[in-house]
Amino acid sequence: MVTLAPEAPLLPAPRRSVLRRRSAVPGFGLTLGLTVTILSLVVLIPLAAVVIQSAKLSPAEFARAAFSERAVHAYLLSFGTSFIAAVINGVFGVLTAWALVRYNFIGKTLLNGLVDLPFALPTAVAGISLATLYSPNGWVGQLLTPLGIKAAYNPTGIVIALTFIGLPFVVRTLEPVLRDLAADVEEASASLGANRLQTIVRVVLPALGPAWLTGFALAFARGVGEYGSVIFIAGNRPFVSEIAPLLITIQLQQFELPAASSIAVVMLGVSFVMLLVINAIQAWSRRMG
Amino acid sequence: MAKRALHATEDAPWVRWTVLGLVCLFIGLMLVLPLTSVFVEAWRKGFDPFLEAISEPDALSAIKLTLITAAITVPFNAVFGVCAAWAVAKHNFRGKALLITLIDLPFSVSPVVAGLIYVLVFGLQGWFGPWLIDHDIHIVYALPGIVLATIFVTFPFVARELIPLMQAQGTDEEEAAVSMGASGLKTFWRVTAPNIRWGLLYGVLLCNARAMGEFGAVSVVSGKIRGETDTMPLHVEILYNEYNFVGAFSVAALLCLLALATLVLKGLLEVIQPEVSGRAVR
Repeated sequence: MVTLAPEAPLLPAPRRSVLRRRSAVPGFGLTLGLTVTILSLVVLIPLAAVVIQSAKLSPAEFARAAFSERAVHAYLLSFGTSFIAAVINGVFGVLTAWALVRYNFIGKTLLNGLVDLPFALPTAVAGISLATLYSPNGWVGQLLTPLGIKAAYNPTGIVIALTFIGLPFVVRTLEPVLRDLAADVEEASASLGANRLQTIVRVVLPALGPAWLTGFALAFARGVGEYGSVIFIAGNRPFVSEIAPLLITIQLQQFELPAASSIAVVMLGVSFVMLLVINAIQAWSRRMG
Repeated sequence: MAKRALHATEDAPWVRWTVLGLVCLFIGLMLVLPLTSVFVEAWRKGFDPFLEAISEPDALSAIKLTLITAAITVPFNAVFGVCAAWAVAKHNFRGKALLITLIDLPFSVSPVVAGLIYVLVFGLQGWFGPWLIDHDIHIVYALPGIVLATIFVTFPFVARELIPLMQAQGTDEEEAAVSMGASGLKTFWRVTAPNIRWGLLYGVLLCNARAMGEFGAVSVVSGKIRGETDTMPLHVEILYNEYNFVGAFSVAALLCLLALATLVLKGLLEVIQPEVSGRAVR
C-alpha cells in the first residue's frame, strides 16, 4: 500500500475526520489552534464586551441611549454623507477605471499609484489637509466662497472627506472586471449595428454591475465608520455635522460607557449587515460571471 | 480629410479627452492637491521651522512611540497571518468560510469602536479595570492599549494577502517535501516561505502603513498625554487644534513621506509579482 502521508495514523481517527478531510501537510492543529486563540483574544472577546456592556441596560434605557435624537441625527448624517460620497466615487470610479484599463496616456503609472493614496495616507493627515484646502481661506475654499458654496465645517465637508477615503474602492474592484471583459463582446455588439453609446450602455455597463455594486458598498461601509479624516473638516456641531463615531468618543470622554456602547452596538450591527450585503453581492457576481 | 475608422472597442477622441479631463480634475482635486498642500503648509515658513517642528522633544517622542508600536504590531500580525493562512489555505475543515469572515471582521468595524472595546475590557470601569489597578498594570492610556488597538485595526492585512496566494499555490510541493521526509518546519522554511515571500512583504507593507497612520482607534485608547502616549497622527491633531499649523503639517509631511514610500514599494512589488496586486481592496 502506497501512502503519501507518513504521519497517517494506523487506526482511523473518526472524530478528526468528521472535522476535516485529512491533508498530508502537517501543522494543522498547531496553526488552527493559534489562529483561533489569537482571533478570540484580540477580536472576538473584546467585541463581545461592547455587546455585554450595552446589555446591562434595560431595553428602554438602551433605546434612549442608542436612539436619542442626537444619535439618530448622527446615524442619518453618517449614512447620508457616506451614500453621497459613494455615489460620487461610483461615477468617477468608473471613469478612472476606464481610463486606466482602456487608454494609454502619459502619467498613467503615476495615476495608477495615486489611486491607492487614501489606503496609504494616515487619515488625520488627509483630514487636516482637506480642512485647510476647503476652508473659506483655503486654495479651493476661496474659489468656492464667491459662488456662495461653503465646503468645510458642514455636511458638504464630510462628503469631501468620505469621497477621499472611498476613492480606491470602486476603481480597484472595477479594474480587473473591465480588464477581463472580452473585446469580442463589444465587437459583436458593434457588428450587429449598435453604436458606441448603445454598446457602452447596453453591453459594457451591465457587465460591470456586480463589481460596481461591490465597490460602492465597500466605499459606503468604510465611510460610515470613518473618523480621522472627517472630524477636522466636519465642524462637529451636534444635530448638524456630528458623525456617529464622533458621538461615541464624546460619550466616552464624559464616562458615559453604556451610552457609548449602545451607539457602538448599533454601528456594529450596521457593519455586520454591510458585510452580509457585500458577501451577497459577491456571491451574486460569481454566479453572473 | 481622411479619417481613420475607429475600432469597435475604441472611443472617439472627444470621449477620450472628456474622460481623461474629468479623471484628472477629480484626482487633482481629491488627491494631488491635498498631498501637495501638506508639503506647502509644512515649508510655508522655510525649511528651518519644519526641521525644528519635527525635532522638538514632543515630536521626537511621538515618532518614537509610532515606531515602537509598528515594531510590535507588524511582526505580530505577520506571524498571525502566516499561521492563519497555513491553517486555512493548506487544509480543509468545517467552518473555514466563517473563520475567514471573522479574520476579515476588523476591516468592517469603525476604528472608534475598535478603540472602545479595549476601554471596555481594560479601562477603569472595564472588566479587568479594578484588578489591573490593584496590580499597577497600565494598559489603556499606555503603550499596551495603543498596541492592542493597532493590532486590531491591522489584523487582516497579512492573512488576507496570503490566504488567496497560498490557496492558488496548492499543497503539491508541501506534500512532496513531507513525503520525502522533511519536517513540518523545514517544509515551511524551504518550500512555502520562498513561494510566499513577495506576498508576505506586500501584506507587511500595507499593515505597516496602517499601523503607523492609525488615528481613530488609537485616539480612543491613548489618552493623548503629550510626550508620553501621543503617536505621530495624534500629535498632528494636538498641534492642529493648538493652531500650530506649521508644526502639524510638518509631522504630517513625515507621514506623507511614509505613505509615498509605501506606494512606491507597493508598485515595485506589483511589478515583481503581478498576482499580489489588487487584493488590498477585498
